[in-house]
Amino acid sequence: MSLHLPVYLDYSATTPVDPRVAEAMIPYLTEKFGNPASRSHSYGWVADEAVERAREQVAALVNADPKEIVWTSGATESNNLALKGAAHFYSGKGKHIITMMTEHKAVLDTVRELERQGFSATYLAPEANGLLDLEKLKAALRPDTIIVSVMLVNNEIGVIQDIAAIGEICRDKGILFHVDAAQATGKVAIDLQQLKVDLMSFSAHKTYGPKGIGALYVRRKPRVRLEAQMHGGGHERGMRSGTLPTHQIVGMGEAFRLAQQEMATENERIRMLRDRLWRGLSSMEEVHLNGDMEQRVPHNLNVSFNYVEGESLIMAVKDIAVSSGSACTSASLEPSYVLRALGRSDELAHSSIRFSLGRFTTVEEVDYAVELLKGKISKLRDLSPLWEMYKDGVDINAVKWAAH
Amino acid sequence: MSYSEKVLDHYEHPRNVGSLDKGDAQVGTGMVGAPACGDVMKLQIRVGKDGVIEDAKFKTYGCGSAIASSSLVTEWVKGKTVDEALQIKNSQIAEELALPPVKIHCSILAEDAIKAAVQDYKSKHGSVLEAPACRENCKG
Repeated sequence: MSLHLPVYLDYSATTPVDPRVAEAMIPYLTEKFGNPASRSHSYGWVADEAVERAREQVAALVNADPKEIVWTSGATESNNLALKGAAHFYSGKGKHIITMMTEHKAVLDTVRELERQGFSATYLAPEANGLLDLEKLKAALRPDTIIVSVMLVNNEIGVIQDIAAIGEICRDKGILFHVDAAQATGKVAIDLQQLKVDLMSFSAHKTYGPKGIGALYVRRKPRVRLEAQMHGGGHERGMRSGTLPTHQIVGMGEAFRLAQQEMATENERIRMLRDRLWRGLSSMEEVHLNGDMEQRVPHNLNVSFNYVEGESLIMAVKDIAVSSGSACTSASLEPSYVLRALGRSDELAHSSIRFSLGRFTTVEEVDYAVELLKGKISKLRDLSPLWEMYKDGVDINAVKWAAH
Repeated sequence: MSYSEKVLDHYEHPRNVGSLDKGDAQVGTGMVGAPACGDVMKLQIRVGKDGVIEDAKFKTYGCGSAIASSSLVTEWVKGKTVDEALQIKNSQIAEELALPPVKIHCSILAEDAIKAAVQDYKSKHGSVLEAPACRENCKG
């Protein structure tokens, strides 16, 4: 069987739209094109029914009330609306926000903006395995803390935070708890009847839905209030104005319905593939896993290959589509801030690769990736004076290097 | 990042990869760069009785341009006397490989590696050469 190259192992960046989802969306672009806000004719009613059905489907995946779901353009907007909306509404109560250093930029940059507006923020460091130490969270809480924001599944290292325990701590103190769950839907069971989460962000395109659509869960009991960030026709009960993109919403609903239906069997299959990938890669020497192996979604493997330089590694693996731990900027390589927060050295952060598997990943693709990596890593190590020194028993950290 | 054909060729087919016996009196070894900066080059030369470089080997931890620069200089130094090898300038390396401005430091490092290897060889034979100057563009 011939593989389609490059092999796609970057499902945490985005997923293809499931063909069943695409099929469900199409009629809402052509025939059923009405504006769901049109109350006076059947075009509007048909579109509105579709939007409300999708709202039920999204709510069902996370065991929420459909009335608690607000449509947005994606998880970035959901994070902005949740954090800015709540911070602005509750600013009379306090001005302190707590989050983690390993959050997605959509949270970190929003909190930075709130700092510019006069709020103060604490960025908690994770433990070496990527998880939050709850004692550190408790120690960071202040009388003026109004929001805690911690993601459910980390986008780079796939670790799952204990949001149930964090929720208990926050609720106890009357502090709002926001969770970015963009990477979690269809991978981790979420029960918002049980979890003490007040706000939760979702994205469609990480779960086989279309790009450009997301949702924010806003708890009703106890009621959470937000100040709108987008003003206009008062859609979504005034929380987010703008004509609803019916076809996108239908796509997200169908994608979440499929996720709920298939997640148990799908996760088992993907875990089997991920374990196969890890067995293959870890048969090489000096290969390090980033992030906890147990508290982790089955889709993710983040691996550092020691004694191999990051940029040459990216060049070497051009036949697989993966994410690198270093962002190639025009001037130099910037190591991943998530891996640095775990305490990884710049060298190990640079030489990391995030493999993320998904619905359409096959055994053949995993085996191809393993063989490719084995060959390329071995070639690059044959070229590496650091690997030679390591093999000769030289402690590279003890060498006095001349900065150049 | 787009690389020139020549960089890609050296990256895919590096010339003269390997090691020479650094204890050998005829071998000069230069190791330059630092892991935290993202580049370490090791260049070795074996000098014949007539002062001509007979063989050269390299190993490089670094980006494609660093690998290509060091691979290229192993080809260039062979057949030259040690003093001729010292005349190789980073600008010639950068020009040959069409390195973009952000990768010029790779060619500088390769020039430094030649100097360091020649210095090591000469120190084994009683003469001293000036140490290569430190560079400011360390990424670490």
